[in-house]
Amino acid sequence: MESITGLILAKYNYWMYISLMMIGLYAMIAKNNLVKKIIGMNILQTAIILFYISIGAKKGATIPIIMHSEGHGHEAVHAVQYMNPLPHVLMLTAIVVSVATLGVALALAIRLYARFGTLEEDEINDQIREAP
Amino acid sequence: MLCCWGMLVHATLDFPGWGDPNAPAHLHVAPEYLEQAYEETATPNVVTAVLADYRGYDTMFETAVIFSAGLACFFLLRVQPRKEEEEDRFFRHLATDMVIRIRTPSMHVPDSPYLQQLDPYWTPRSLIVRAACRVLTPFIQLFALYVVAHGHHSPGGGFQGGVILGASFILIALSHDLRTSMKMTPEKLMGVLSPAGVLIYAGVGALCVVAGHNFLDYGALAEWLGTAPEAARSLGILFVEVGVAVCVMATMIIIYANLSSAGGYKQGL
Amino acid sequence: MIWQVDLAILALVVICAIAAVTVRDLFGAGILFGAYSFMLCLLWAVMGAVDVAFTEASVGAGVSTVFFIAAVFRTTRRTKD
Repeated sequence: MESITGLILAKYNYWMYISLMMIGLYAMIAKNNLVKKIIGMNILQTAIILFYISIGAKKGATIPIIMHSEGHGHEAVHAVQYMNPLPHVLMLTAIVVSVATLGVALALAIRLYARFGTLEEDEINDQIREAP
Repeated sequence: MLCCWGMLVHATLDFPGWGDPNAPAHLHVAPEYLEQAYEETATPNVVTAVLADYRGYDTMFETAVIFSAGLACFFLLRVQPRKEEEEDRFFRHLATDMVIRIRTPSMHVPDSPYLQQLDPYWTPRSLIVRAACRVLTPFIQLFALYVVAHGHHSPGGGFQGGVILGASFILIALSHDLRTSMKMTPEKLMGVLSPAGVLIYAGVGALCVVAGHNFLDYGALAEWLGTAPEAARSLGILFVEVGVAVCVMATMIIIYANLSSAGGYKQGL
Repeated sequence: MIWQVDLAILALVVICAIAAVTVRDLFGAGILFGAYSFMLCLLWAVMGAVDVAFTEASVGAGVSTVFFIAAVFRTTRRTKD
């Protein structure tokens, strides 16, 4: 029993991230509306980013900005005291790229709406089939 | 979906516990970054140091990706209105608030400080909203510049500052109309600034090559700047962040203007 | 980090995500996506990733919500699911 409680306490974060990822994947596959699909894609993206950031977290550590004072230099830095900065760096750029891809996806959706007059995928498919 | 969820949860059983300081991710390259970043780059915020210095290539191509996304939006949506199909034009006389409607497309109306061109669907915005946004905008822009310049010591940097700077112009477009905002940030200027940001980044890297070091090795700039190599690296990070901010700001404005007007640049939200 | 705060924010994140993909109005979906992004930003601030939280607050909760609303304004609010 002890070990199961310990397991849940150590891992429940990961399970929540996986649930978020599955919500995003479900929206991408099963939803019919293009904007809903784009929202699902963003949720999937952010779930993965969340997972990476959680890898960088350390118990009992502080934010990765080195404590220093002007003119006195600084004490020797112990890596245990600071969070892991590497996932933060990688995911920071990923967020900004995700907003750029969001812009392109929405632009495509607007073009499709101008062409077909609807955002529902099945109606677009029907119109494509009917046209010779 | 549930099956996939189950498999992924099963995979987490092999993971190190959440927040475990001895997880493998914390043991290889990250401690070196943490321990050496301040001595080598004089930048207390390790995230900024790693972003712009140790992993400079990464960030440079990230900036290029953002620029190409703006370009893709532009090509997907931008349309030039044809002259003969142009709808009725509306002009408002600012002093009396009278609106003139011009139906002949061939008639030329010169630019005048007394007349303001309106969009067909224009509705007056609330005076309070307009005045509040107008007052707020300079402070937002000042904060954005602070975020760019102070990214070495506090959270922030080129990406965030650029987005906030772009958002301040988007706020003007939301509270007034797109035409006012596009007068402040003309399309051609934004089209120049967006690649210019990438070029600033690559240019700083190329300067390092000219000085005889590796690409993006900012220590090379120490002789020209007359500072110690560490301070030169810190300054190099600043230059690069300015490039990133310029690119991100211009791209955000381009994407917003194209999305909100579906490419016509006439009326926004 | 305090696990109660963490759990509460995680629950809110999941609720916002489910609401954003199920609500039958695209405008509402965009707004709920903004709320989802803001909850994520809080979560990252709690985890100590201040730079990432800052980026998400300006990019995810700010600009991308505006993009969604702009796109919905240019297309349609109606959706079948």
